[in-house]
Amino acid sequence: MECLVDQEVEFVFGYPGGAVLPIYDELFGEERIRHILVRHEAGAAHAAEGYARATGKPGVVLVTSGPGATNAVTGIADAFMDSIPMVVITGQVPTALIGTDAFQEADTVGITRHCTKHNYLVKDPADLKATLEEAFRIATTGRPGPVVVDIPKDVQIAVPSESRASKLTASHRYAPQMAAPAEQIIEAVDMLAGAERPIFYTGGGVINSGPEATELLRQLQDMTGAPVTSTLMGLGCFANTHPDWLGMLGMHGTFEANMAMNRADVMVCIGARFDDRVTGRLDAFSPDSTKIHVDIDRSSINKNVPVDLGIVGDCATVLGQMIEAWGQRKAQDLGEWKARIAGWRARECLAYPEKSKKNPDAIMPQKAVERLYALTKDRSPIITTEVGQHQMWAAQYFGFDKPNKWLTSGGLGTMGYGMPAAIGAQLGHPDALVIDIAGEASIQMNIQELGTASQYRLPIKVFILNNEYMGMVRQWQELTYESRYSNSYSDSLPDFVALAEAYGWKGIRIQDEKDLDAGILSMMEYDGPVIVDCCVAADANCLPMIPSGAAHTEMLLYGDQVDGTMDDEAKALV
Amino acid sequence: MKIQSAASERHVLNVTVDNEPGILAKITGLFTARGYNIDSLTVADISDDHAISRITVVTNGPPEVIDQIEAQLERLVPVHGVTDLTTAGPHVERELALIKVSGKGDARVEALRVADIFRASVVDTTTESFVFELTGAPDKIDSFIALMRGLGLVEVGRSGVVGMIRGAAGA
Ligand SMILES: Cc1ncc(C[n+]2csc(CCOP(=O)(O)OP(=O)(O)O)c2C)c(N)n1
Ligand SMILES: [Mg+2]
Repeated sequence: MECLVDQEVEFVFGYPGGAVLPIYDELFGEERIRHILVRHEAGAAHAAEGYARATGKPGVVLVTSGPGATNAVTGIADAFMDSIPMVVITGQVPTALIGTDAFQEADTVGITRHCTKHNYLVKDPADLKATLEEAFRIATTGRPGPVVVDIPKDVQIAVPSESRASKLTASHRYAPQMAAPAEQIIEAVDMLAGAERPIFYTGGGVINSGPEATELLRQLQDMTGAPVTSTLMGLGCFANTHPDWLGMLGMHGTFEANMAMNRADVMVCIGARFDDRVTGRLDAFSPDSTKIHVDIDRSSINKNVPVDLGIVGDCATVLGQMIEAWGQRKAQDLGEWKARIAGWRARECLAYPEKSKKNPDAIMPQKAVERLYALTKDRSPIITTEVGQHQMWAAQYFGFDKPNKWLTSGGLGTMGYGMPAAIGAQLGHPDALVIDIAGEASIQMNIQELGTASQYRLPIKVFILNNEYMGMVRQWQELTYESRYSNSYSDSLPDFVALAEAYGWKGIRIQDEKDLDAGILSMMEYDGPVIVDCCVAADANCLPMIPSGAAHTEMLLYGDQVDGTMDDEAKALV
Repeated sequence: MKIQSAASERHVLNVTVDNEPGILAKITGLFTARGYNIDSLTVADISDDHAISRITVVTNGPPEVIDQIEAQLERLVPVHGVTDLTTAGPHVERELALIKVSGKGDARVEALRVADIFRASVVDTTTESFVFELTGAPDKIDSFIALMRGLGLVEVGRSGVVGMIRGAAGA
């Protein structure tokens, strides 16, 4: 407990059980740390992620052995994929029982080995303090990530006679490289200065690096004039209102971002990892550009796409170095490049039909997100999402001009992330407006956390784009399986308004576009948690879209035919 | 879909690690999870306080995959460093093998004669069998085993490769 206080932990997200009772007993009456009792351990892990992503501080989770630990695994894997700093303390059966298939024993260290940045089984009480210290250091520095510390019950009880300083502090062990060699910086700046068609391709790494990185990115952009695109995870690292902002790139990115990426002559990738959702078909990805990749994790460099200059270092530090090296240089005249971009912008790729074909009276989901953005943006809300079409619409039609305001499950794509993440974010920012933009299917995956928000009086808002389908699945079935909607209809939905009320929340249903603004406003005005069941067109598809395995130049836009089938090779792509 | 471009190359990697529980599982798991190959793997404690082990992995893959393997290994917290002996320059590679051969008459005499040529030593004998111990580069062991196949080979145990850079400097 003292270790956690030393690490300035404010909140622990957890759920008790036999193997952590000693720690829970210490928590009883502890005033320096607030324990947030979730309703399911998956909720604890996602809430910790939400807290971490919104505050930049590590999220802390405490769960029992066996099922407590296994329930938390999805959130741990999610944090691993999205590089979220998190320390997960799991109880374990007493050391003497390990390996005997004891009650609620699971090989937590084995199960989490490949979805944590590092993990430990603490067998000796003398190692506990140093292990926890190292766990926090590893979770929060370098490329952040989840760290699991599995503590057997007897180790929790033991009072260590001495605390071993331990080998863990040895200097050869884990020392991430922050600054880049000067010659690499000069090379990068020379390439950038010589570019006629430069582009910044930014990602979650810029946000993980801290607010300073965002600031420096904006400075460097200002000096060079290069347009900026970002991955899903990087939204907010550059202002959406800036004229050089291209929007998100990739599968559901904008036409202008993808075209600019395709035609660029110099690409500077900062804190992104060339994910398949971003690159599309690899051999057609930004084929003519000289590529510079800045990443704190060397294994991200040259992993999917070979680059010309890999720079290992922290985004903020390297951006600072680049700004200094740029010095008094004058930006090239990028007029021609910007004119081409303006031409792509003129396609208005985010335009969507006013009305649904099948149900002309229904609210278009894109419209709902646009209105939500328009009405809430002055309060600079924190947006979380679930996974599906609504997530992509949120990314496309909601604007972010600051970091740490956009919390979504990118790498793992975990349905059920949004509401617990909103709970964590609200705890970190008690006065902020926190909204989970949800789908009616995803929200049911961690619906039990309604109770957590009630208990801690957290005024989070859950805005469900209810299209009565697992819309993203339905869209792919249209695209690939001739609209055979196998199991993608959301049958037997609960009455979300009644459900909200059952938990002491306010429930609002919006069915008509004329009630949209009023519904959003009453959601915002209500001083407490609200579910908005916003009934939207069931048949709207999320476009633009690059079908998997296609090139950036082969985007589907509204009006394009999206019905059909594919050959087996295309079907095998995810 | 990953297109395997260049031809596969064999590389010998020395990995220095903190001697902590689970490290071997971490490393072998990394190879399986990411679809890398392990041709051989050896591990032993190499420090007087039992704090550090050296793992030698022989792997194969195109150069960019080998580079990824090194980067992924270096990402693991208990890994201090990775040396790719194949790219580091001149180095020695050795492997130890125990080879059991049984037979009588001419085959037995011939086995002993071949063993002599290879400088294998006899570490166990019965009237109808030998256990040979042979140390050397892996291909030398391969050829010895190939010859023994026709001479009553019973079983083979191999240690896997350990290797070291030539010259005074350490890795
Ligand atoms: C835990 C989990 N299971 C399955 C999926 C696959 N999946 C991706 S989107 C989706 C449908 C989501 O439906 P909904 O929440 O209603 O969102 P919509 O696409 O309709 O906006 C599914 C099943 C997933 N991402 N996560
Ligand atoms: Mg839906």
